[in-house]
Amino acid sequence: MQAGLADVFDGATIMIGGFGTAGIPNELIEALIERGCSNLTVVNNNAGNGEAGVAALLAAGRVRKIICSFPRQADSHHFDRLYREGRVELELVPQGNLAARIQAAGAGLGAIYTPTGFGTLLAKGKETREIEGRGYVLEYPIHADFALIKAQRADRWGNLTYYKAARNFGPIMATAARCTIAQVQEIVPLGALDPEAIVTPGIFVQRVIALTRAASAAA
Amino acid sequence: MTSLKRWTLHEMATRAARDIPEGAYTNLGIGLPTEVANYLDTDKEVFLHSENGILGMGPAPPKGQEDPDLINAGKQPVTLLTGGAYFHHGDSFTMMRGGHLDICVLGAFQVSAAGDLANWHTGAADAIPSVGGAMDLAIGAKQVFVMMELLNKQGEAKLVERCTYPITALRCVSRVYTDYAIFNLADGVATVTELADGVDVDFLRSLIFLPLRQATG
Repeated sequence: MQAGLADVFDGATIMIGGFGTAGIPNELIEALIERGCSNLTVVNNNAGNGEAGVAALLAAGRVRKIICSFPRQADSHHFDRLYREGRVELELVPQGNLAARIQAAGAGLGAIYTPTGFGTLLAKGKETREIEGRGYVLEYPIHADFALIKAQRADRWGNLTYYKAARNFGPIMATAARCTIAQVQEIVPLGALDPEAIVTPGIFVQRVIALTRAASAAA
Repeated sequence: MTSLKRWTLHEMATRAARDIPEGAYTNLGIGLPTEVANYLDTDKEVFLHSENGILGMGPAPPKGQEDPDLINAGKQPVTLLTGGAYFHHGDSFTMMRGGHLDICVLGAFQVSAAGDLANWHTGAADAIPSVGGAMDLAIGAKQVFVMMELLNKQGEAKLVERCTYPITALRCVSRVYTDYAIFNLADGVATVTELADGVDVDFLRSLIFLPLRQATG
């Protein structure tokens, strides 16, 4: 697992899939903590729950900035403390704009005009435009150096399928990072995944790491 | 005048559920609105959407069958109905922002007569703001219903002339379900459509300092 993260560097921007408890690549995050990089910018929907995952990464003092939509929760105490102590910067992004900015990065767009947030504090200082009578805010893509995501199955080409609502940000983050690393339940032979059911084509996935069975593979 | 009997959460949720028609693609926000799911007629087919990539969301699973990878927007365990689907966040917010949802029901700190919604940030200096999908739902759903208590803990009305809390979205709310009454909002005017027992429009006027109309008939 650690070997898959050997090139992660101080100051990297890292997208981490997941929403609440669903789809968090906990094992990859543990390996990232062991890797020891700091000053990271983390892109995730939340800012950690409880003690594991993103919360553990925050608690270990590795995160300089978090870009997320919903940091404050009943069990986000690690983030809450670091934020109040001024030790982590927060960029709060409406969830749909977070998704759209990630997709814009993956799709090679220079920016997007989104109606979400128009007229609110979160659009303060941003360029706006009226298009066909409706107000829009200019938002820029979010690129990442690495994306850590959780999928269900992978093959040697890096094609991925997902499990239930663990899918969430995984497929779009995979498109927006220079290096996407997927942890999966198993790696299956080429041809074992139904081509009609592949959610993330392997072109978006650079490494897959199996938690059980089969060996890890570079895709 | 009969004695005042504010609606309970059950009675508010029952009324909101009653107004969600058969076949409606519906998102129920976190907090109070999530309860509405428990009051939908079982013979009425309503498609519940969850922002984290679920359409055809079902009720909580039996104890012991919770799956951390199958949760709702409030991070509570749920199930998928037969016919339901999973999808990624890009598709989920395309449904929300793109005007594909018929109804969303949201909680609120304040709603203005013009339909402005404030539900993400108290504006307090020490508050940690969280926005989630609220802004996307508010601008994206065809109809935005709000379910909230009419008064805050200090006894101040939450249905106001102008929101003093930071805005979630402008002119988006069309109906407000409260513990005292149901209000329709249109053209900057609040119209009372149903009153709890013992509440009349003059009494409401004494609580909320807004011009109120009463629906006729």
